[in-house]
Amino acid sequence: MIVFYHIGRYFLLIGKVFAKPEKQSIYFKQIVKEIEKIGINSIGIVLIISVFMGAVITLQTAYNFTSPIIPRYLIGLGARDSMLLEFSSTMVSLILAGKVGSNIASEIGTMRVTEQIDALEIMGVNSAGILILPKILASLFFFPILCLMSMFTGIFGGYLASVFTDAVTPDMYIMGIHSFFVPFYIVYSLVKMIIFAFIISSISAYYGYYVKGGALDVGRASTQAVVYSSILILLFNVLLTQLMLA
Amino acid sequence: MINVNNIRIKFGDNEVLKGITTTFDRGKINLIIGQSGSGKTVLLKTIIGLHEPDEGEIIYDGRVFSGSKSKFKKEIRKEIGMVFQGGALFDSETVEENIMFPLEMFTNITLEERLDRANFCLKRVNLENANHLFPSEISGGMQKRVAIARAISLNPKYLFCDEPNSGLDPVTSIVIDNLIKEIAQEYNMTTIINTHDMNSVIEVGDKIVYIHEGHKWWEGTSEEIFNTNNVELNNFVFASEKMKKLKFNKV
Repeated sequence: MIVFYHIGRYFLLIGKVFAKPEKQSIYFKQIVKEIEKIGINSIGIVLIISVFMGAVITLQTAYNFTSPIIPRYLIGLGARDSMLLEFSSTMVSLILAGKVGSNIASEIGTMRVTEQIDALEIMGVNSAGILILPKILASLFFFPILCLMSMFTGIFGGYLASVFTDAVTPDMYIMGIHSFFVPFYIVYSLVKMIIFAFIISSISAYYGYYVKGGALDVGRASTQAVVYSSILILLFNVLLTQLMLA
Repeated sequence: MINVNNIRIKFGDNEVLKGITTTFDRGKINLIIGQSGSGKTVLLKTIIGLHEPDEGEIIYDGRVFSGSKSKFKKEIRKEIGMVFQGGALFDSETVEENIMFPLEMFTNITLEERLDRANFCLKRVNLENANHLFPSEISGGMQKRVAIARAISLNPKYLFCDEPNSGLDPVTSIVIDNLIKEIAQEYNMTTIINTHDMNSVIEVGDKIVYIHEGHKWWEGTSEEIFNTNNVELNNFVFASEKMKKLKFNKV
């Protein structure tokens, strides 16, 4: 029963979030601020993780291709498709659920327990709208950009592995990443990222918005936000893959 | 004027407010007092619409507020200024931005006019040169002043304060009390203060409503409080030796 309670309350909150804004100029300003907080501040971690993951995927693929009949250029192809299909959308989203999701839940949760949300309500402001909508829109806008950045740096990480190790030659790696390219994989990845962006921002905001109590409860809400966002990301990953690639 | 008519509110099986009826007059400082857990914060939050009563109604100058549509409530809320116990200032905004927020949200005045109004409000609460500081960079007393400045930025008709003296030293408490009193009289606002502070009860309260176990136990003026025979009220207000002496001298 508690699951239905949360689902119902979540959709009621989403209804409030997408109500007509009181003043669009303030919302626009908030969106710009959120793009910086949620998006630009996440570029560093996404790039670092992607470059290393690209390198590791390349090395592991190379060390597992032991048969002499498998062409070595397939290592590049495998690394590229792993980045495009799974890592740059799903894995990056899981990382962002930890970084951005906990940040959103704790920020909104702290505003709740320090009565800042009550202050907004008493002013006659739609607190859910002004606090959550800019975060959702900023995520929807910037997460696909992070996904594209992750693809490029991941593939570049694989190239660095080919340069600095003897797992595969750089020429073979480049040949691999040029082979059998399916442009739809990028569309698939970006669609997934947009859905995941909505999940991360809205679920985390939901847990933050309904915090009751004090600092401990804010911490608990932050953890729940990350856990449930991650579970939903994995669930929707399966559904979207079946829908788009089957 | 705010009329509270037979307000009842329950949380689960616990009835917190048990049929409270009272009136808060315009231009007066009305205090709600009572022990912790008596229901006074719930009453204040019900009056401003953060809780919906199970029974009864709240009427703002003839306009029924409780149970009305949210659009109508929003219109009345624009006439309300609220000072929260902890200030409830927006952490991510400077003092100046906090005060300008309601102006930006609900008026179409220019940035220059908003700045002028913010500076005026800050000057009115005797807080200058703090415009660009964040709430975390100022003291508790200063935060309360900024909260008052934000509450009066839209010239509200109704001012609510939830324990404005909590966490403040005695001197700053008196400063905040006097400031609220001056501002309420200057702008002829209906002011309701929720407090534990007995100095406020004696010094600034025009009307006092004592809440006990969810009931309105007593109401009267700060003068009448010295002559009442209400046992529970006397036990609460004159609990300390200092207050007992004050009553003895007064009577």
